Amino acid sequence: MKARLSGTKKEGGSPFNHMKASLKRIIKSGWLDFRRNGGLSLATVFIMIMAISLVTSLFLLEKTSNFLVTSLSEKVDMAVYFTDEPSSEEINTIQKELSGLAEVKSLQYISKEEALEKFVERHQGEEVIMESLEEVGGNPLLASLNIKAFEATQYAAISAFLDSASFKELIAKVDYNEKKPAIDKMFSLTSTINHTGIALSVVLAVVAVLIAFNTVRIAIYNSRDEIETMRLVGASNWFIRGPFLVQGVISGVFAVLITFLVFGLALWFLSPKISLIIPGLKLSAYFFSNFFIILLLQMAAGVGLGTAASFLAIRKYLKV
Amino acid sequence: MISIQNITKVYHAGQKPIVALSNVSFEVKPGEFVSVVGRSGAGKTTLLKLFLAEEKPTSGTILFENQDVHQIKPHYLPNFRRNIGVIFQDYKLLPSKTTYENIAYVLEVMGASDADIANDVVRVLDLVGLTNRAQSFPEELSGGERQRAAIARALIHRPKVILADEPTGNLDPYHTKDIIKLLTKINEMGTTVILATHNQDIINTLEKRVITLDEGKVIRDEERGRFAL
Repeated sequence: MKARLSGTKKEGGSPFNHMKASLKRIIKSGWLDFRRNGGLSLATVFIMIMAISLVTSLFLLEKTSNFLVTSLSEKVDMAVYFTDEPSSEEINTIQKELSGLAEVKSLQYISKEEALEKFVERHQGEEVIMESLEEVGGNPLLASLNIKAFEATQYAAISAFLDSASFKELIAKVDYNEKKPAIDKMFSLTSTINHTGIALSVVLAVVAVLIAFNTVRIAIYNSRDEIETMRLVGASNWFIRGPFLVQGVISGVFAVLITFLVFGLALWFLSPKISLIIPGLKLSAYFFSNFFIILLLQMAAGVGLGTAASFLAIRKYLKV
Repeated sequence: MISIQNITKVYHAGQKPIVALSNVSFEVKPGEFVSVVGRSGAGKTTLLKLFLAEEKPTSGTILFENQDVHQIKPHYLPNFRRNIGVIFQDYKLLPSKTTYENIAYVLEVMGASDADIANDVVRVLDLVGLTNRAQSFPEELSGGERQRAAIARALIHRPKVILADEPTGNLDPYHTKDIIKLLTKINEMGTTVILATHNQDIINTLEKRVITLDEGKVIRDEERGRFAL
């Protein structure tokens, strides 16, 4: 017990240096606490992985359902059949009038000959049909115009337009009425998928946030005595809160990296198999081409969740 | 410097209110060494909690340098507390920090430079004889070692006042003597020391002012007092 306390001044330096030193200390202390509370940190990271995985799955699910909806929508169209082969001028005016409509995405004219060619091509080898075609003689098929709308709901409007169009007398029939039930079904399916998706996302997101929040709260509850002591030895609220926020961020970053790795690998291997079930859907290509958006989304979820939960959970114990 | 005025503290736990302190008043001048003695439950620790603004009194005021400590806004409490070094009866060491870090923490919160921290912590560790325990965590220390770590933490930032709540409760007579010698020395260097204890020997050898509490009341306040209940 020989040493003596030196009398040097403790506080000093510019406020900026002070802040820089504090920040450095807060980060260091946060990292040390994260490492020393290994088990708890691991649990937090694990829970956050679950939460982030949920968010990422929803992101991918949304992409899949969008893909399904668009590819189904593309299969829907309507055809206008003409009584006689219209002249090319008539075709032009009809096409011009129709493409003036906001709902129309594309138009495709099929003449009588083309219709016959397609018919023959499709039914090659089916003798009964080919024979009956010969029996009829000539070309029994009608010239038609295939119309595609942007959305399934728009066919009704186009159909109404055709009913009062200037070229109405040229039209033999519009197959909208035949297709209407299919189109309506399609529309209700689309909206059901969207609504269910949104509802599911909200519920799952709330669950994920609550679980992650609770985990962080328990971690902080464990440290409540420590927080009180820190207050009593003169630590400011930010100096106490800081290391917990840093721990939240570290947990978030770890969780994001692990989730990203898991999803990357899983998609890399599973994507070919998914493509077999839903042709044309390339989830892994989508995942890797949207690398940064997904990473950002995950970071926002992970880090945001970690810090927000720490911030809210610690408030209670800073009142000493 | 410190003025305790008509402090009463009543705890409402359970059916019967417990009166921990009743109308306690005394003054402590700068540089004084005051011992507060009394049986356990006499109100020593409550008094300390009230002075640190950890709890609010039921009535009465405590002034520190003419400032009512219970009027200090939460935001400024840390600044006020940095004037005081407390040796808590239950040590209150931070379990996830090593001895070194526990002591350095007080300087860190004040914004001391890294060089000052490294320098001072080593000295204080030597002073309380914990140099070879610097990297141990509180749970790895013996009771006496924890107590000395708590003492080191209370001294490190050269506070204006040291509040020592049973600082020798877990020490052997040899260390007890050393700690009291240390507190006396710090007091001689100008720091005000308030020592709460029920160790008769310490009080009788100190020959300093003694305030005796009994059932929450000041029953004696003598310069050069002796331990008597």
